[in-house]
Amino acid sequence: MKFAVIVFPGSNCDVDMYHAIADELGEEVEYVWHDEENLDRFDAILLPGGFSYGDYLRSGAIARFSKVMAAVKQAAEAGKPVLGVCNGFQILLEAGLLPGAMRRNQGLKFICRPVQLVVENNETMFTSAYGKDEVITIPIAHGEGNYYCDEQTLNRLVENRQIVFRYHGENPNGSLADIAGIVNERGNVLGMMPHPERAVDALLGSADGLKLFRSIVNYWRETHVVTA
Amino acid sequence: MYKVKVYVTLRESVLDPQGTAVKGALHSLSYTEVKDVRIGKFMELVIEDTSRDIDKLVREMCEKLLSNPVIEDYRYEIEEAVAR
Repeated sequence: MKFAVIVFPGSNCDVDMYHAIADELGEEVEYVWHDEENLDRFDAILLPGGFSYGDYLRSGAIARFSKVMAAVKQAAEAGKPVLGVCNGFQILLEAGLLPGAMRRNQGLKFICRPVQLVVENNETMFTSAYGKDEVITIPIAHGEGNYYCDEQTLNRLVENRQIVFRYHGENPNGSLADIAGIVNERGNVLGMMPHPERAVDALLGSADGLKLFRSIVNYWRETHVVTA
Repeated sequence: MYKVKVYVTLRESVLDPQGTAVKGALHSLSYTEVKDVRIGKFMELVIEDTSRDIDKLVREMCEKLLSNPVIEDYRYEIEEAVAR
């Protein structure tokens, strides 16, 4: 299986993402610069965290118009797994691949520490390796993770089981309905504020993020028969 | 040439954490009359003469990029500046 890590000017979690896939997961992975127009050779697309374009105007607002985003949209439409973490999530929201928007954290502070999440839906291609309602520890690092959407959208997210991760115990940023991560209706585009790529080894404090990447690989193996 | 002033603010229905903090600070300075504070962005665009409909152009820019319609409102003023 081959992963793409999209790199925008200002991405800074791209190396962690690459490390998680190459060294911890042992799958193929390649950095892809933001002006690439074709992602056909990849099976899954990863949008890493960081501060693309300096977070100017709004987080993700400028990155969403970069050339590669048309190809990311195509990959999403083709049903390939697309994962956006932190700034990657913000870009997916700005691009309209996921519903809603991000506001400044309620306490206005940039928060960087491990938090607990509950796996609300373990029947997605990103979470099948987790138990139902499993509580996991994953670090967050953001100033704008205060998720917002209107009531109608929230009802739809709940009904379709699109809320994949919620903050557990405490809500660090004021996010609506304790939302930490959501998928699109089809279930192949996941956006989340916490950083699973920073939690792939017990040595780093937690290996709970690894199951997310394993889930993607499991899904891919189940749906792609290797011809002998 | 046109000079365009664009104002972007969080929508009324969206809680503005910065505005709320600033309101609290004003209250602590004893300006207790302050009922609400909304923080927004102010942008100034200089646009060359064009055969395209300037009003439509600015509206498109606001909706596509300058504001996020999910959480923000925008308004703008178009001034005709002297060409030089």
